[in-house]
Amino acid sequence: MAKLTLKVNGGTREVESDDPDIPLLYVLRDDLGLTGTRFGCGLAQCGACTVLVGGRAVRSCIAPARSVVGQDVITIEGLGSPERPDPVQAAFIAEQAAQCGYCTAGLVMTARALLAHTPRPSEQQVREALAGNLCRCGSHARVIRAVLRAAAATPRGR
Amino acid sequence: MAARVSRRSFLAAGGVLIVGLGLDDLGGKRARAQTVPGADRFLGKPLAPDAVDSFLAVHADGSVTVFVGKVDIGTGGRIAIRQLVGEELDIPLERIAMIEGDTALTPNQGATAGSYGIARGGVQLRRATATARQALLTMAAQRLGRPVGDLEVADGVVRAKDGSGSVGYGDLIGDRAFNLKVDGAAPLKPPDRFRFIGKRLHRPDLPAKVRGHHRYLHDLALPGMLHARVIRPPAHGATLVSVDEASIKGIGGARVVRIQRFLAVVAEREWDAVRAAGALQTKWGAGTGLPDHAKEFEAMRASRVVRDQEIAKRGDLSALSTPPPGTRPLAATYRWPIQTHGSIGPSCGVADVRADRATVWSSSQNVHGFQTTCARVLGLERDRVRVIYMDGAGSYGPNGADDAATEAALLSKSLGRPVRVQWSRQEEHGLDPKGPAQLLELRAAVDKDGDVAAWETQAWLPIATANLPNIPLLALDAAGIPQTPGRSTGLIYQNVDPPYSMPNVHAIVHWIPDAPLRTSAIRAPGKVANTFAVESFVDEIAALARVDPVEFRLRRLTNPRGIEVLRRAAARMGWQPRPSPRPADRRAAVLTGRGIAYVHYKHEETLVAMGMEVAVERASGRIRVTRVVCAQDCGLMINPECVQSQLEGNIIQTLSRALHEEVVYDRDRVTTVDWASYPILTFPEVPALEFELIQRLDQPPLGAGEAASTPVAAALANAVFDATGVRLRTVPFRPDRVKAALAGRS
Repeated sequence: MAKLTLKVNGGTREVESDDPDIPLLYVLRDDLGLTGTRFGCGLAQCGACTVLVGGRAVRSCIAPARSVVGQDVITIEGLGSPERPDPVQAAFIAEQAAQCGYCTAGLVMTARALLAHTPRPSEQQVREALAGNLCRCGSHARVIRAVLRAAAATPRGR
Repeated sequence: MAARVSRRSFLAAGGVLIVGLGLDDLGGKRARAQTVPGADRFLGKPLAPDAVDSFLAVHADGSVTVFVGKVDIGTGGRIAIRQLVGEELDIPLERIAMIEGDTALTPNQGATAGSYGIARGGVQLRRATATARQALLTMAAQRLGRPVGDLEVADGVVRAKDGSGSVGYGDLIGDRAFNLKVDGAAPLKPPDRFRFIGKRLHRPDLPAKVRGHHRYLHDLALPGMLHARVIRPPAHGATLVSVDEASIKGIGGARVVRIQRFLAVVAEREWDAVRAAGALQTKWGAGTGLPDHAKEFEAMRASRVVRDQEIAKRGDLSALSTPPPGTRPLAATYRWPIQTHGSIGPSCGVADVRADRATVWSSSQNVHGFQTTCARVLGLERDRVRVIYMDGAGSYGPNGADDAATEAALLSKSLGRPVRVQWSRQEEHGLDPKGPAQLLELRAAVDKDGDVAAWETQAWLPIATANLPNIPLLALDAAGIPQTPGRSTGLIYQNVDPPYSMPNVHAIVHWIPDAPLRTSAIRAPGKVANTFAVESFVDEIAALARVDPVEFRLRRLTNPRGIEVLRRAAARMGWQPRPSPRPADRRAAVLTGRGIAYVHYKHEETLVAMGMEVAVERASGRIRVTRVVCAQDCGLMINPECVQSQLEGNIIQTLSRALHEEVVYDRDRVTTVDWASYPILTFPEVPALEFELIQRLDQPPLGAGEAASTPVAAALANAVFDATGVRLRTVPFRPDRVKAALAGRS
């Protein structure tokens, strides 16, 4: 039984697994109760499981939990708060940019990573950044608008 | 201007939480067994669809709970239903709680399907609410000693207009039953007094979905619950020969469950179930074999026909059989492949089966239908089985949800513990019931004036089984549990005939007995392909007659609402009248064009005209859709924001189907089992979307969930023809196919 110490959403969490290769997704959902990160394919093809690791967008369905030890992991639950919503989340709500919402967390996290290194993306950059995230309900146009809105609402240098 | 319904005020409104809002705000880390805390206090309430009390309860504090048999699969029902109820009762929407899709609490309003969520389910609820309002007014008249005509209602308080007295709903009925039948003639609020209907209000479920706090079915965790993965045969119909249970010995707590050929692994932890499913060694016999995919359409054309069904017959087809001089014949064949629902989250089901009762949590679009199925499977009385809807990933017809729930129920019964079954991506893509392939052959005779002297549609479609209790479930066959064999498809024969004034039209469906894979309804079942064929062929006729495609349609439309959507779409596009194809240098690297298509959904519901602009890259064969304009009249729009959202989904999803999607199988199984082998439209491909939404406050709602998907493929094909002079008649329009078609032309 291996012990892993993870830094998740600003806190330190200890988990145990007898499989050294357990993907981060299952640790987040089943051990830490962070079910906002979603299982979509297990193949890194759809982006529903995207989280931030050291500020980069990572597919938690294939990333072994042990590979993120020592790095800051941020999940959808770790962004903003009801009082101070993250600009990306606020923009998704303002644009009503979801239908079923199953792919939404992955989109928000991917957009968050984009805005961290490209605070003022062009529409084309937004589209390219989200190219690996799939949505089936067809909220794409709203999602693109939401990310651009979040960029416009975020003060420079943040 | 969008208004917001605050979540906090919803929570403060009454004892009952809203379905789907984040439960962890109440302190629980995980979703609970009872998905709507407090809901069980209503157990035993009336459920009959003709009783007011089945649909709503007015509480002592004046707040209201509505019970809805239809479910919100991401479409906006959670706000639209509140708008209807708030309107008829004159209460703030924050005071309305909503329980949906729970067989113990909500009336059976039929499956959430066919674009009838609001058009039927919402209207039914509105009538019940209007009946309740009349009853409350009568009670208030007695209480205040004034005739009803002297009373008015504001924010749930009935007042004498002269200010002489008032009484709240809560004081009038507070948690007591109405004991009334729904009065279909109860007066509805007239449109000039609408406060909520027609407003672009925000959906109450989105904040939690965006913050990651929304509890989906996939997140449900019950005490003592086991995680399961089902082991599928490697070939369709293969028999299980042996299982090496020792092969998963090293995986903590994982074990095998076998019921005849139905095989699963279960574990306390989900990852251990996943690992065990991958590690388990099994031996299977040969499969029963699938037909040759390459010959799919030939086989349909050559198939035995069970029966012919005449969909339209007026005039005669003599202009086709004995064409008068100057008549030009035209014939074309259109092919639509098998496609999958492609829910982003694979299906999931959770069940807790006890000796004398069962509770099943499912994202089924038909919880009441599934209750019957589940009771039969488990050998329980129907009322001993409770099926509770929870949100899954969006579904667009019956996907694998009912299978997963059935599998969870069988395993729970066998193990005596709650079980959660989670399908893999490969199971969802490979095994969920598919939208069937469709083959249509069209013929027309165009006379010397460019008029359509005769039109014939022949369609070859797999026949649905009459009175089929449920789509045959994988686990029942595997476990040797009897079920009625057959096929479900949805109403796939509609819209095979043109919606235009033409004197001589025959449309016939040749019902064929078989389809290679299990089938079910997929968004706008059948009508996506049928409209593709009909509206492409109309365009072919217009091109032959050298008439502008919009003009050609307008000349033959008599429905004023149809004429209006077509005119509005053309005007919004800046449509320049001319025949297709566009005169241009066909050797240019990129060819551009525009197309139009029109539909009157099911010939009696929503009207849509869709214009599209495309750029076709000649070297690669890649089609870029640059702009889509959609004009729609769906009657009364309760919430135009949600309507538009549905239209966006219809357009993007069907563009994906038309450009990319085809289920492929070999002789053993489906081989398009992930997003690499079955790609869908991605963010860089999404076109600019523009809408002309026609609000009809004095008309009934006609439904928005499907209609706008039906003209998409024809508008696209017509635009490609306009750009290139090449007609695409087989979906999907993948680059290799387009490139070959372009080469064939030159």
